[in-house]
Amino acid sequence: MIFQSIKMALKSVNANKSRAFLTMLGIIIGVMALVVLVSLVTSATNSVSERIQSMGTDMLTVSVLDEDNPLKLSDVDALAETGSVGLVAPVIQSSGSVKNGTETISVSVTGTNNSYFGVEGSELLYGRLLMTPDLDNNSSVTVLSYEAAEEIFGETGIAAAVGSTITMDSIKYLVVGVLAEDESMMSGMRQMYSVYIPVTVSQRLATGTSGISTFYVSAADPDSIDAAEAQVKTSLLTHFQGDEDAFYLQNMDTLSEAMNDVSNTFALLLGGIAAISLLVGGIGIMNVMLVSVTERTREIGIRKAIGAKRRSILSQFLIEALALCLIGCLVGIALSGAILAIINTFTADLTFTFSGSVVAIAVIFSTFIGIVFGLYPAWKAARLHPIEALRYE
Amino acid sequence: MIELSGIYKYYPVGDGYVRGLHNVSLSVADSEFVGIVGPSGSGKSTLMNIIGCLDVADVGEYALNNYPIERYSETDLAMIRNRMIGFVFQSFNLIGRMSIEENIELPLIYQGIGARERRARVEKALAEVGLTDRRHHTPAKVSGGQQQRAAIARAIATEPALILADEPTGNLDSATGREIMDLFRRLSDGGKTIVLITHDAGVAARTDRTIHILDGMVAQSGEGGAA
Ligand SMILES: Nc1ncnc2c1ncn2[C@@H]1O[C@H](COP(=O)(O)OP(=O)(O)O)[C@@H](O)[C@H]1O
Ligand SMILES: [Mg+2]
Repeated sequence: MIFQSIKMALKSVNANKSRAFLTMLGIIIGVMALVVLVSLVTSATNSVSERIQSMGTDMLTVSVLDEDNPLKLSDVDALAETGSVGLVAPVIQSSGSVKNGTETISVSVTGTNNSYFGVEGSELLYGRLLMTPDLDNNSSVTVLSYEAAEEIFGETGIAAAVGSTITMDSIKYLVVGVLAEDESMMSGMRQMYSVYIPVTVSQRLATGTSGISTFYVSAADPDSIDAAEAQVKTSLLTHFQGDEDAFYLQNMDTLSEAMNDVSNTFALLLGGIAAISLLVGGIGIMNVMLVSVTERTREIGIRKAIGAKRRSILSQFLIEALALCLIGCLVGIALSGAILAIINTFTADLTFTFSGSVVAIAVIFSTFIGIVFGLYPAWKAARLHPIEALRYE
Repeated sequence: MIELSGIYKYYPVGDGYVRGLHNVSLSVADSEFVGIVGPSGSGKSTLMNIIGCLDVADVGEYALNNYPIERYSETDLAMIRNRMIGFVFQSFNLIGRMSIEENIELPLIYQGIGARERRARVEKALAEVGLTDRRHHTPAKVSGGQQQRAAIARAIATEPALILADEPTGNLDSATGREIMDLFRRLSDGGKTIVLITHDAGVAARTDRTIHILDGMVAQSGEGGAA
């Protein structure tokens, strides 16, 4: 009987295709909004998360918040290569301007040590990296990022940059190395050209405290990041006499978790808005079904006269509403796929894929809407009195 | 087959009531071909609706095949209409967007009969009314007489014990009407119980027995002219 009801419902949808399509439009648009928006958000997040992962989840950023009790460079160095901790790179960020003839180039200056390049995974293109003697002697040497070298020396001058000097904030630095081009996402986020100098030089230049307030830590091996985190935490707690608020440890995992939280909230929000449009589509379906029941009053009377039970009429109209919703849903999903494919042709470095769970949610939600908004018209049809229905003109 | 006794049916209209049936008692035996005759508004359709289990009487008793109808729920009544009664209406009452074949099949679907058996029954009913070559047409594409034949095929497809026809020739010209009456005659000869409602004395004359009603009451009963 259910099979027959489905057949009847499909027949009557088929009998009035243009109306059926217009009725479905609300559902189609709602499903498209839901699937496309949520797929966009989840794909974007996944790709960002992947990049964060590729940057190394075996890395911690430590920030010292207690300015009265600064860490000395030796304190930081003492942490390196003990237990689960691998490399430790002190970081002193400042900005500077490099004179290049008449032009002034703003650069981001990072005072650090050799380990920095290991933690960041930077590759050397020319020359050498910062070395321990540079730090010990407070040498005015610098390693340039590819972008900075390109800006200062021009594209053709990069190869010859090593051995030249640059003047940054009235101090001359010998260029000892140039890094390879960094294609990670972080480089795109850097607005200034990066140059690297020995951390000891940064300390001397710094006006305020000369302690180390930020450093990067990598784990001895990728699996021991949690142990390294615990180890760094313990030694810092000892240093700060148990004051947990004196420093802040940030794990890349924590970052990508936070990222996921934000994107889930986003997906939920967009999904919610799309769900409202689906709801409106459902109301449209109810409207058309009510009109359809009125138009087909006589048909309902005939069906009842020849022996249709209330249940049969109810299921026929309910399934019809459900069919409208589900066909609309399928069309919406198909169109969503097409839209995502079109978007993909425009975005080179990001691929948007269907989120399987959102497709499932769309189907479930459309079913729910079909039942909820189909029930009232179907119930109205089922309770018609056969004689009155037959008399209806 | 049909036992009605003391049936009253009044319709509420405004403040008062309109008489549909007033103290009607009658009986129809198995395989009888009975005509119910009376002028327009005399209560014929009201009577047919009650006999056909489409409506229930205000007062009175009705037994179909010895089963008192008052005892049944709405779902049971739907089942009785489906299995025991075949309806033929003045205005044919075929579903316009379905083919003649599908219209005939519909009561069989509601009966829960399987597809193969349905096809056989539809085939048989189509042959019986001579519409086999029009089976794929929609009702609008065939003549009134053919539509009424389709309606009769639908009524007999379930092989019901009773056929109820309300003014089946009312919308047809007299020649076509005669053909339809020939068809009923044949069904009656085949053993069907038929109750046929008409205001046309000529049509009534072709039944076995007529019951006249007037103002919602049985006026007189008599022999039809066909026997
Ligand atoms: N649903 C109804 N509501 C009100 N009055 C009705 C209804 N059905 C029938 N009647 C009235 O009952 C009387 C009998 O009607 P009906 O049985 O249709 O007569 P017939 O079929 O002999 O023409 C008429 O006066 C008609 O107006
Ligand atoms: Mg009538």
